[in-house]
Amino acid sequence: MKKIEALIRKAQYEDVKNKLHEVGVTFFSYWDVTGIGNEKFGRVYRGVSYSTSAIDRRMLSIVVNEDFVEPAVQAIIEAGGTGNIGDGKIFILPVEEAYRIRTGEKGGDTLN
Amino acid sequence: MEALFTVNNVWMMICTALVFFMHLGFSFLEAGLTRQKNTVNILFKNFFVITAGLLLYALAGFNLMYPGFEEGAIGFFKFAGWGIAPPEGGMTAAYADGGYTWWTDFLFQGMFAATAATIVSGAVAERIKLEAFMLFAVLYVGLVYPIVGSWQWGGGFLSSWGFYDFAGSTLVHSVGGWAALVVIYFLGARIGKFSADGKSNPIFGHNIPIAAAGVLILWLGWFGFNGGSVLSADPEATSLVLVTTSLAAAAGGVVASIFSHILYKNYDITMFMNGVLGGLVAITAGADQMSTGEAMIVGSIGGIVVVLAIALLEKLKLDDPVGAIAVHLFAGMWGTLAVGIFGAMAGFDQFMIQLAGVGIVGAFCVLSTLILVLLVKALVGLRVSKEEEINGLDDAEHGMAAYADFSVSKK
Repeated sequence: MKKIEALIRKAQYEDVKNKLHEVGVTFFSYWDVTGIGNEKFGRVYRGVSYSTSAIDRRMLSIVVNEDFVEPAVQAIIEAGGTGNIGDGKIFILPVEEAYRIRTGEKGGDTLN
Repeated sequence: MEALFTVNNVWMMICTALVFFMHLGFSFLEAGLTRQKNTVNILFKNFFVITAGLLLYALAGFNLMYPGFEEGAIGFFKFAGWGIAPPEGGMTAAYADGGYTWWTDFLFQGMFAATAATIVSGAVAERIKLEAFMLFAVLYVGLVYPIVGSWQWGGGFLSSWGFYDFAGSTLVHSVGGWAALVVIYFLGARIGKFSADGKSNPIFGHNIPIAAAGVLILWLGWFGFNGGSVLSADPEATSLVLVTTSLAAAAGGVVASIFSHILYKNYDITMFMNGVLGGLVAITAGADQMSTGEAMIVGSIGGIVVVLAIALLEKLKLDDPVGAIAVHLFAGMWGTLAVGIFGAMAGFDQFMIQLAGVGIVGAFCVLSTLILVLLVKALVGLRVSKEEEINGLDDAEHGMAAYADFSVSKK
């Protein structure tokens, strides 16, 4: 089992979600994050110019069995990419165990 | 005649209510353009200003502002006594040429009085100690505002000179603006407003819709502020004043939004809003003297003055979160001078009298604010601690939150 953590553009979220569904990844968690990166925007508020380095992105947390890792990653890359700086990152982490709370069973089957 | 008196008085009471409504406009504008953590504090100050301001006006202010200077008096200071009581004939058409009753007179002027301190409230927001503000507001609204007002509207020396300030570009708006300027000089900028290297940083207002509602409410209130300053329901004068007031507001807003886009390449709604207010403040001194075209010019320049003044204050490292000084002081001075440049009274002599009035009122307000600020500083201190400021005045001064259980999505 692996956990895929993906930071993607909010604008690409719907595409990524649909693509993940297509490859059989039907459940995951997500939340909005703010980070620091290379992207900077020039802005003006009441005549005061400033540049923001705070970047809004969406974080996806997906736990899958081994054979889903590569399709899921490819789905995110395909649907999440625009070709511009700031498209995001994907991290793969090992997961030691998974439990289904309702039945108490454990192992890879709980992810189906 | 009796019917006309009644109609006049009804109009003046409507105007009184409209000026009262402006206090909601100010509250909304100030709350919207400052941070969420200081909202309760802003509202508390605004409530204090309108309530205490009215009580003080009943206690002494009205009789300081309209003391009835004797023939030949210098017309600088007179106090007609404590409290309010209608004079003989105060409820008849014999009082004020049948324009209104004495009660209406008191309440209309009382609604104006608190405005001067409300202007200060916005400029000093987010870091002044509540008690310092309340003490200052009491002294300023109780003493300085009515004394300055007596020089012109009370029949004092400015009015004998021929100074003209129809509804208070100088007597109300600049009086508040000067105090705001001096207080923020002593108070210092909010933490984070200017970096150590001198760079200016933006501190965002937390509720733009509320600020926008505030500006539109203020515009509505101005129908009473200027419309009521006709002091009767005279059909031609009141309708002209409403037209010039609205045209100046519209021109001020449009010009400020375009001008700030030229300067900053950004359509800034807060500049649009400040521009509308700049147009309103600018036309206030001569709303009954201008043609429609002149009203638009005066308002347009008011809008430009506001945008430039906001930039100037940033340069001088003076932190005015809501643009109160740019709007009320700078556009107020412009509007007062404009009476000598545009409209029925324009002329070099009039311009010089307007200039003298602006200067004298400015000097008196700066000097008296200086004394009051030092007094307040010595008695209670001016500014909250760093920790209180960062945690927010709502927490530090009131122990409550404006939106306790409420959050909004970022995007």
